[in-house]
Amino acid sequence: MTSARVPAAVLGACAVLAALIVVAFAVGRFPVSAGDLASILWARLTGGEHGLDPTIETVVVQIRGPRVAAALLIGAALAAAGAAYQNMFRNPLVSPDILGVSAGAAVGAVLGIFLSLNVIMIQSLAFAFGLGAVGLVYVTANAVRGHDPLLVLVLAGVVVGSLLGACVALMKYLADPYNQLPAITFWLLGSLASASPEDVWSTLPLMLLGLVPMWLLRWRINLLALDDEEARALGVETGRIRLAVIAAATLMTSASVAISGVIGWIGLVIPHFARLLVGPDFARLLPTSILLGAGFLLGVDTLARTVARIEIPLGVLTAFVGTPLFLWQLATARRSWQ
Amino acid sequence: MKLEARQLDFGYGARRVGHDVSLSVKAGEVLCLLGPNGSGKTTLFKTLLGLLPAQGGEVRIDEVDLKARARDEVARLVSYVPQAHAAFFPFTVEEVVLMGRTAHLGLFSSPSRRDREAAHAAIARMQIEHLTESVYTRISGGERQLTLIARALAQEARVAVMDEPTANLDFGNQVRVLQHIQALARSGIGVLLSTHDPDHAFICADRVAMLHDGRLVRLGDPAATVTADSLREIYGVEVTVVRVPVGEGVERRVCIPGGALSRGGR
Repeated sequence: MTSARVPAAVLGACAVLAALIVVAFAVGRFPVSAGDLASILWARLTGGEHGLDPTIETVVVQIRGPRVAAALLIGAALAAAGAAYQNMFRNPLVSPDILGVSAGAAVGAVLGIFLSLNVIMIQSLAFAFGLGAVGLVYVTANAVRGHDPLLVLVLAGVVVGSLLGACVALMKYLADPYNQLPAITFWLLGSLASASPEDVWSTLPLMLLGLVPMWLLRWRINLLALDDEEARALGVETGRIRLAVIAAATLMTSASVAISGVIGWIGLVIPHFARLLVGPDFARLLPTSILLGAGFLLGVDTLARTVARIEIPLGVLTAFVGTPLFLWQLATARRSWQ
Repeated sequence: MKLEARQLDFGYGARRVGHDVSLSVKAGEVLCLLGPNGSGKTTLFKTLLGLLPAQGGEVRIDEVDLKARARDEVARLVSYVPQAHAAFFPFTVEEVVLMGRTAHLGLFSSPSRRDREAAHAAIARMQIEHLTESVYTRISGGERQLTLIARALAQEARVAVMDEPTANLDFGNQVRVLQHIQALARSGIGVLLSTHDPDHAFICADRVAMLHDGRLVRLGDPAATVTADSLREIYGVEVTVVRVPVGEGVERRVCIPGGALSRGGR
């Protein structure tokens, strides 16, 4: 990968992302043109008047704005977490879904909904259970020796994931069928329809809390992709750094799951595409994954609320888009990383 | 600069692999470690690098106990060249060599222009400039081994520990790696390497250590140490060591499998 191609690819991704944002505002029951959007944002920034219908301002500020921001934030977070997990577990096929993080966070969040807790508590529970799930998968995979480590890791993820699925099923069974059950079910399918400005503002610091250490440790994260003893011989305290990065990636995943439900595939597919574009160096992989992840989820969410008369659950749509991409990736895997 | 094992016992967890090994390698010297499969060469190396805890005795770097030094401090003093291996992600040769600079970087820093220059100098010294932009996962085993030695050079440690640097290489690449090792020693770097070929000890070593069943059975200069007797003792085969002229008035010793094998021959 030549360094000259990197800015071109990243600039291209930025342009596409900007276009997607404009389109996301423009389509829907109340279309908002790029000009209207610019004048409303300018008015809010400067405190001046925009002279437009107040309904449009409500749509931009209260409804579509938070939704677009949540889509960008969650897509970016899931892709960044996926890129970090892939480096850490030295494998381009792991993701928050396969490691059980999403399922763990889902159990935590469902428990929060079941107990009628507030957003902060739901996010905390999601983080605790997500961290517990990835820890359980990692410990299990380490304890079983003498097998293909990737196979063991994936199987451990599947086993822990199904246990967590059973926990979710139990809570659904026990939930109040008129109030809680529909809420839990819709939430599990993944949706940004109810994203509020409060959701965005409460999630943003958690995302940054995860992203900042990831960016600061970007060079050392490259070395985590080496054999553990090799990385230590090169002067890296692998244990501590791995722990810090796993905590950061799990925080980002859990915070996402807590407001949007389970949205799969992004953490798996996006970092892989980013690696094909800019190579495996985390200093380039992380920003590229963030750009692509934000754009991908915004695009999918815009489709989810516009292609049909009813809204399509996001988890369903990303699975429909992600499965063929994953299969294609699996078929071409040898070429791209071996 | 000296890397030293004092009455070192080593092994994995509860399993004791080696006992009471004392040896040292100084900057500018090549110490070659010979020993059959399973004799504990790799375990000894990992213990010398602090990757495994010593089970008894101690490892000293410049008269300071290894345990008293931080991980990155050890890496600035002693580098490690593992056997050429498959990598997990398609890093370029330049990026792999740059990883050797990590011990010189702060926790949150990335390689600077100076680190890049050091990496390029190491790549040039191994004469693999043409591979700089190549993807490490797609080059040959010999090229990977040279890349890993370049990474150890970029680390700027005064002693390099190399685990079978000639294993799995074709004849030409073996000779090339041995020549590079000699050149490193001439430039003041101490090299501790293990090999399966006693001839390599005659080509590049200043001293030879022989490990058998986890014990150091011989240590000394190559001519006195690598003999028919010592090779029979550690490998259990008959070998004849002969002197061959390799130039104007220069002779080198070579091991030739003999005894039982050649008795029925010409």
